[in-house]
Amino acid sequence: MQGTPKNVAAVAIFFLVIAAPHLINLVYAKAWTRPSEDTPRIRALAEKECLESEGWMRRHHMDLLLAWRDAALRDTDRVYQNGRGERYDVSLMRTCLNCHSNRAEFCDRCHAFAAVEPDCWQCHYAPEQVAKEGWR
Amino acid sequence: MSLDRRGFLKLAGFIGLAAGTACARRLAGPGSRYTTADGALEAKRWAMVIDMRRFTTAGDTQRVIDACHKAHNVPRIDDVRHEVKWIWTDTFDHVFPDQTHAHLPKALQERPFLLLCNQCDNPPCTRVCPTDATYRLADGIVAQDYHRCIGCRFCMAGCPYGARSFNWVNPRPYVGEVNPEFPTRSIGVVEKCNFCVDRLERGEVVRCAEVSAGGIVVGDLNDPESEVSRLLERHYTLTRKPQLGARPNVFYIVDDNVTGGEEEYVG
Repeated sequence: MQGTPKNVAAVAIFFLVIAAPHLINLVYAKAWTRPSEDTPRIRALAEKECLESEGWMRRHHMDLLLAWRDAALRDTDRVYQNGRGERYDVSLMRTCLNCHSNRAEFCDRCHAFAAVEPDCWQCHYAPEQVAKEGWR
Repeated sequence: MSLDRRGFLKLAGFIGLAAGTACARRLAGPGSRYTTADGALEAKRWAMVIDMRRFTTAGDTQRVIDACHKAHNVPRIDDVRHEVKWIWTDTFDHVFPDQTHAHLPKALQERPFLLLCNQCDNPPCTRVCPTDATYRLADGIVAQDYHRCIGCRFCMAGCPYGARSFNWVNPRPYVGEVNPEFPTRSIGVVEKCNFCVDRLERGEVVRCAEVSAGGIVVGDLNDPESEVSRLLERHYTLTRKPQLGARPNVFYIVDDNVTGGEEEYVG
C-alpha cells in the first residue's frame, strides 16, 4: 500500500501544482528594477530628492497618499511641510505627477511586479495620458 | 514586581493614551507636518447669493455652467438618463414650487434659474450616507470624498434639490477639454458641486462667481460686513423649499419689476 508508484506520483503531482507559481517565476520572472526617474522635470532638478527620503517614500508612498487624501478632503490641510521646511501642495495631480510624469515607467512597472492594481487612474489623470490624447 | 489595582489602572491609562495618540497622528515623514495653505479663503459659514436680475438670457447662465463644468471635468452626456450636472438651470415654477402661482410675470417664468448644491446647514444627504463619503465641513461646505462613495445613491434620494448625479457610465469619454489639475469621477459614484472647496482652500475664488459678472456673490454669512450679508440685508431673497428644514445656503434675489416697465397706479 504505502509507497506504491501510484501514490508517489500523486504526491509528486500535488507538490508540482503547489510549487508551480514559484517554478514558473524561476524561469520567467524579471528582477525588480529601479523605477525610472527620467522625466523632464526631474532632470531639471539640481537636488534629485523627493519630498521625503527615497527609502521612506518606497515604503510609505501608498499610506502617504491616503493620508494626503484625508488631509485635503477632511481636514482642509492643503499643504505638506517636510523636515527640510519645503512646502508642497497636497495633491497627486498637482504635485506628485508633475515630477513623476512617466506613469508607465515609474508607477505601473513596480505595481505589475508587486501584483497590485491601485485604482488611482480611474479618476486621476496621468500627465502622459492627457498629453497623448491631446488634452493638455 | 507586584502591581496593585491602582498601579495597573494608571499604567493601562498611559498605554491607552500613547496608543491613541499614535493612531490619531496622520502619517507624515520625520519632522513633517500638515497645514492649511497661506492665503486660503476662509469663512465661518460659506453662502451664495444669486442675483437673478443679472441672469436674463440662456447665454448668461451657459457661460457660468460651462466654466464650472470645465474646471471640474464634469462630463457632458446628452442622454438625460445618464446626465451629470454640478450647476444647471430650470424654470421658476420648478425651482420654487411652493412660491409660484398662475399669475407670475411671463418674463419671470421664462427666466433660467441657476441651480446647484445648496450647501445646507442641515443636509439630508450627509445624514443618509452609509460610508461617510459625504460630510459637512466646519465652514459649512457639504463635501464629498469620491474614494469612499459606494454608489448606493441614498444621498440622491435624500437631497430635495436634485443636486446630485450618478455616474451610470464611465464619464471619461464625455469630458471635453480636460483640466489636468482636477480629477474626473469613475463609473458608479455620485457627484455634485463642491462649492469650489479645492479652490477656496488654495486662495482662489469660486469659479461660477468669478465668471458671473457680479451675478453670483460668495461670502461669509457669519460676517455682517461680507457682501452676501449686505445683499441679504438689503434685498428680499428666496431659498428653495424652506419648509423642508434643510436650511439651504444659496439665496436668490428676484427683482420685483421683471419687465422693467413703468409702474402704473390707478388712484
